[in-house]
Amino acid sequence: MILTITIFLPFLASFLLFAFARAERFAKLYAVLVTLVTFGLGLFLALNFNAEAGFQFQHVALEQWLGSSADIKYSVALDGLSLALFVFATFMFMLGALASWSVEKSVCEYFFFLLMLETCILGIFAATDLFLYYIFWEAMLIPMYFLIGMWGGARRAEAATKFVLYMLTASLVMLVGVIYVGYMGREVNGGIFTTDYQKLLALRLPFDVEQILFWIFGLSFFVKSPLFPLHTWAADVYSESPTGAVLTGVLLKMAPYALVRFNLMLFPEASLSYAPLIGVLAVITVLYGASVAAAQRQMKRLLAFSSVSHLGFLILGIFAFSEESLQGVILYMLGSGLSTGLLFLIVAKLEQDYGSKDMHDYGGLKKTMPLAASAFLVAAMASVGLPGLSGFVGEFLILIGAFKSQALGTGLYASLSAIGVILAVVYMLPLTQRLFFGEMRQALSQLRDFNLREAVIATTMILAMLWLGLMPNSVLKFSASSSRATIEHLKAMPKQAERTQRF
Amino acid sequence: MLHDFLLSLPILTTTLWVVLLIVIEALLQRHIITKYLSLVGFAVVAASTVYVFSEQGFAFSEMVRASTISHFANFVFLLSGAIVTLISDRYLEEERIWFGEYYVMMFISILGMMLMASAANMAVLFIGLETMSIALYILAGLMRRDRRSNEAAMKYFLLGSFASGFFLYGIALIYGATGELALHRITEVLQLRGTSPLFWIGLSLLMIGLFFKISAVPFHQWTPDVYQGAPTPAAAFMSTGAKAAAFAAIISVASNFAAQLQGNLNWSSAVAIIAVASMIVGNVAALVQEELKRMLAYSSIAHAGYMLVGIAAGGAEGFSAVIYYTLVYTLMNIGAFSVVALLEAEGLGTSYSDYAGVFKKSPLLAGVMAIFMLSLAGLPPLAGFIGKYKVFAAAISAGMTWLALIGVLASAISAYYYLRVMVSMFMREPDQPLNLRTSGSALTLALVALAIVLLGIFPTEILKLTSKAIELGFAP
Repeated sequence: MILTITIFLPFLASFLLFAFARAERFAKLYAVLVTLVTFGLGLFLALNFNAEAGFQFQHVALEQWLGSSADIKYSVALDGLSLALFVFATFMFMLGALASWSVEKSVCEYFFFLLMLETCILGIFAATDLFLYYIFWEAMLIPMYFLIGMWGGARRAEAATKFVLYMLTASLVMLVGVIYVGYMGREVNGGIFTTDYQKLLALRLPFDVEQILFWIFGLSFFVKSPLFPLHTWAADVYSESPTGAVLTGVLLKMAPYALVRFNLMLFPEASLSYAPLIGVLAVITVLYGASVAAAQRQMKRLLAFSSVSHLGFLILGIFAFSEESLQGVILYMLGSGLSTGLLFLIVAKLEQDYGSKDMHDYGGLKKTMPLAASAFLVAAMASVGLPGLSGFVGEFLILIGAFKSQALGTGLYASLSAIGVILAVVYMLPLTQRLFFGEMRQALSQLRDFNLREAVIATTMILAMLWLGLMPNSVLKFSASSSRATIEHLKAMPKQAERTQRF
Repeated sequence: MLHDFLLSLPILTTTLWVVLLIVIEALLQRHIITKYLSLVGFAVVAASTVYVFSEQGFAFSEMVRASTISHFANFVFLLSGAIVTLISDRYLEEERIWFGEYYVMMFISILGMMLMASAANMAVLFIGLETMSIALYILAGLMRRDRRSNEAAMKYFLLGSFASGFFLYGIALIYGATGELALHRITEVLQLRGTSPLFWIGLSLLMIGLFFKISAVPFHQWTPDVYQGAPTPAAAFMSTGAKAAAFAAIISVASNFAAQLQGNLNWSSAVAIIAVASMIVGNVAALVQEELKRMLAYSSIAHAGYMLVGIAAGGAEGFSAVIYYTLVYTLMNIGAFSVVALLEAEGLGTSYSDYAGVFKKSPLLAGVMAIFMLSLAGLPPLAGFIGKYKVFAAAISAGMTWLALIGVLASAISAYYYLRVMVSMFMREPDQPLNLRTSGSALTLALVALAIVLLGIFPTEILKLTSKAIELGFAP
């Protein structure tokens, strides 16, 4: 029950916002307070979490939701994998709400959609029923559409439409997959259509059916990730989105999470047989994202492509099928969310205050903005994977796992994507240098440094980065047993004897 | 005999009320009284339907058959009529067609719909169809001085008459093949003697008549012109009530001939092809429209396609999915048309660009329109999603995964034109200053929007009702 309350608190509380329609400062304060309470509840869940057990805080309601002919219900629970992302999401939304303080247009509506988005995303991480999961996954598009379309940049309407069309097309295909799996699930559920995740785990599908379903589900997740060559929406949407920080911080973590949760667990054999192919695409994504980022002059587009590159790492880690890399994936998701998120916030502040998206228009900002400059430097270092900060451990674990991965077969994947780490330095350092060092233009002297609110946000995020970098085990211990269980499930599944050999 | 009256109580009540309305309107000629009286009428008929809801069976020499399906369908018709009545005022006043007859015609047309939904005999089915259609022809041409309204009425009437001809000819051929007019009697004869080519030709012609009413491709050409020309509230009524009635008739025919149609590849592939054509033609044509009413007309063709997916899937699952869809579709489509009507009454045009900046002037109207559009596009957690989910699930369950796939892809296309409305309303600045009043009708629409949200999140009870309706409806 506590889990359900945490999920729906932001959405239900958001209706009260309209009571503050004439006092917009209170509306902002109220919204931040709601996200703070949600974060508190998330922490409470984390503290009461038993790292050794599987799914916890289970809450089931609305049984036979769509009539008696189908076993569809409202069912939520958290395990190690989802707990980390769940709590992280509540944390990022708290900072996201605080960072949105500068919104001036239709304030109540803005925070209404932001809180609605939080509920959808928390629901995505907690749902243990495929149908419920699908509802949250799709419902997320509604607040995102309005957030991008009403508070975004100059080409916001196009970006919002593009975002929804890409996502909707991909996930509607997934809907067919959900129904198809449900009918397949009849055999483990006494002849009744089921979308219960736990029951579906026991399903043994024929290999050809698994392959079809792997791609039907995968398509949706690969578009959302975004994996090369399905990444074309990303740069436009990021550069127009008002919530770039939240977007990279949380939204992009939904697809890697879903790949582990659904593709790997439900279609293990197909996942294994396609691992080399997906691995190639992941490596291309890493290198392509990084090289395109290096060629960008627009700051937000640069960061967007750097996120694309990060996503390549994540997907490589997922399809390496090893415990280390899976642990690395979880850590890297949080780490890249923090570092890219902070970079986005600072860049967005610059764009808003000065009005230019082009990094060549800036320079020497260190003099007027010392706080922002140091925060940017730390985040950039974390983003390129400097030891001691959040990016390093995750990257390291992923690469180790990928090197010795038997599913991928060769260490070549890891070696090639390690080049991505170097490329990250190639685009991240010039950006930092261009913005904060060198000659300063006269017009830039009007830019002001962080105010107290922004300083608090940046400090919190930097502390979190240090924490992840110095004490990664405090997060990893939660997910360790889930990661182990995932890999064991995968090892146990394949039917043909020679497939087990490959682990 | 008394039981006959009880079983057909909703139809009889409606008939009495129609007579009452005509007399009152003739004597007083006060449209406002007619309006409220017809609203009371909807409530009375609804109450009588609730009263007999658990009753099943044939009445009046097996002419009429009361079943949970027909009772449920009655609610859909009444809902459609009541909502349209509630939102029509401003529009009728603005267009100077504020006649009491408007409400009377709507009531007569609902009588026809009810007859269609509970017909056990093809003659009654035909009478129902004609009663409904003639009233609708008049509603379409109500704006006598408007050229487009005249064109709409003329087109609707001529093509509708053709469709009736097909329908009637189909009845004649089926009668020739089996010697019976009552649907369940025909089933008995077919079981005894098997089907003949004559029967199949008859059934095809009968279906063409009904497909015309739901504007399935290729019998859809009249739809955009008629919806565009007709008074907008009347178009809302035509696109929902009439469609629901035609679907109720299709289900009652198809479930009576279930033994012959189930597993018949010709039948299911023919319906599937029409469904695919409707989904593709409707959605693609809607993409290029610049006029909101025409866009909604093409979108209604596409939605007929989705519902036909459920018919093609057949069986209890498919039919109950379609019944649920008619309810959901009625709510969201009436909602969308009503917003158009309200804004038209405020002097706004009906092209996309006219809708720029509506959100600033009337957040309530823009908000409810967003809910209608998102629900039509099939986004969860709104009711439109559950409707689509049910028909596609039925298709996959019937082994027609390809049909479901085409359906979802078509519905992905549809998102684009629904989003365009929202782009205009929420993300564009108005060309000239808008001056909108939010009238009481907007409150009705807010309730409709709320119903759509609630039906999307808690559909369980209604779904139980629809599947029970089909279960009982299938029983001989």
